[in-house]
Amino acid sequence: MKFSDFFRRKSSGTVAKDRLKLVLVSDRTNCSPDIMEQLKNDIINVISKYVEIDTDELDIKITQTEMEGTSEPVPALFANIPIRNMKIH
Amino acid sequence: MGEVIVITSGKGGVGKTTTTANVGTGLAKLNKKVVLIDTDIGLRNLDVVMGLENRIVYNLVDVIEGNCRIKQALIKDKRYPNLYLLPSAQTKDKTAVTPEQMKKLATDLKGEFDYILMDCPAGIEQGFRNAIAGADSALVVTTPEVSAVRDADRIIGLLEANEMNRTHLIVNRLRADMVKRGDMMSSDDVVDILAVDLIGVVPDDENVVISTNQGEPLVGNDTLAGQAYMNISRRILGENVPLLDLNGKKGLLERLSEIFRKN
Repeated sequence: MKFSDFFRRKSSGTVAKDRLKLVLVSDRTNCSPDIMEQLKNDIINVISKYVEIDTDELDIKITQTEMEGTSEPVPALFANIPIRNMKIH
Repeated sequence: MGEVIVITSGKGGVGKTTTTANVGTGLAKLNKKVVLIDTDIGLRNLDVVMGLENRIVYNLVDVIEGNCRIKQALIKDKRYPNLYLLPSAQTKDKTAVTPEQMKKLATDLKGEFDYILMDCPAGIEQGFRNAIAGADSALVVTTPEVSAVRDADRIIGLLEANEMNRTHLIVNRLRADMVKRGDMMSSDDVVDILAVDLIGVVPDDENVVISTNQGEPLVGNDTLAGQAYMNISRRILGENVPLLDLNGKKGLLERLSEIFRKN
């Protein structure tokens, strides 16, 4: 840990809240880590057909997001997939 | 016609029994006729928290099985007007009663009492289903910890699935000093996550341990937890009581001066 990280450290209360939000999304949608892993692999396979992606840096998870017209947050699939190289056919 | 309230949490050890004892005693102190039912068959504890363990003759399973009449099994708490306990059985297990039987018992008691409080066992199995069967509303107890809040969320989901439409949240064992320095979720954080109405916040107070040691609920005395529990009882009766300031124990003068400063 860098010295500067020490001051920017998230308080453990915030960490708890963030972790809970994530775990409750998967609890509530009944999406097990196994299914999540399968989903992730399928997405990687499909995208890899077209572009070369950075599998170490990719981030795929279910989060909650606000939707217009609803007061309750709804689950959303969040995917951040860095592209290494566009495959040119 | 009385109201049946189930006190539940999912996770064990968050304070269901303590809450049942104190909120129930609080309601009795507010002149309501109250019966506390320990539905944790096999692991009975409400009797010792209430300090009534030496007066048990019959229990919940005896009533259900017809070994005695309800009246014979109810223990009258002599310290308060109109407070009764129906203790659980220690030798049987959860399968000794069914949700239908619990529902009938609750209905029978509604005619006699203003409030029937069901102390629910931990877990989501038959003990839970028994406890919620006859309930009109639920008090979900949680502590500001990841595991307890997660279980509370599961319980709230199950209550909704069972068409329980009145569910209130109690955040128990809150430490204001830790919240202040960011090392504990605040009651607002917990409400934000669980999205149910808050009915009370109880501070982490060593007086709760002392009162349990003595078998004497602390509701209504001058400790912070005692006041917090009394406020919950008042809110159940529909009174509009503001949340307690949990930032340490303060003298009356200090509290008064704060009120003046705020206005």
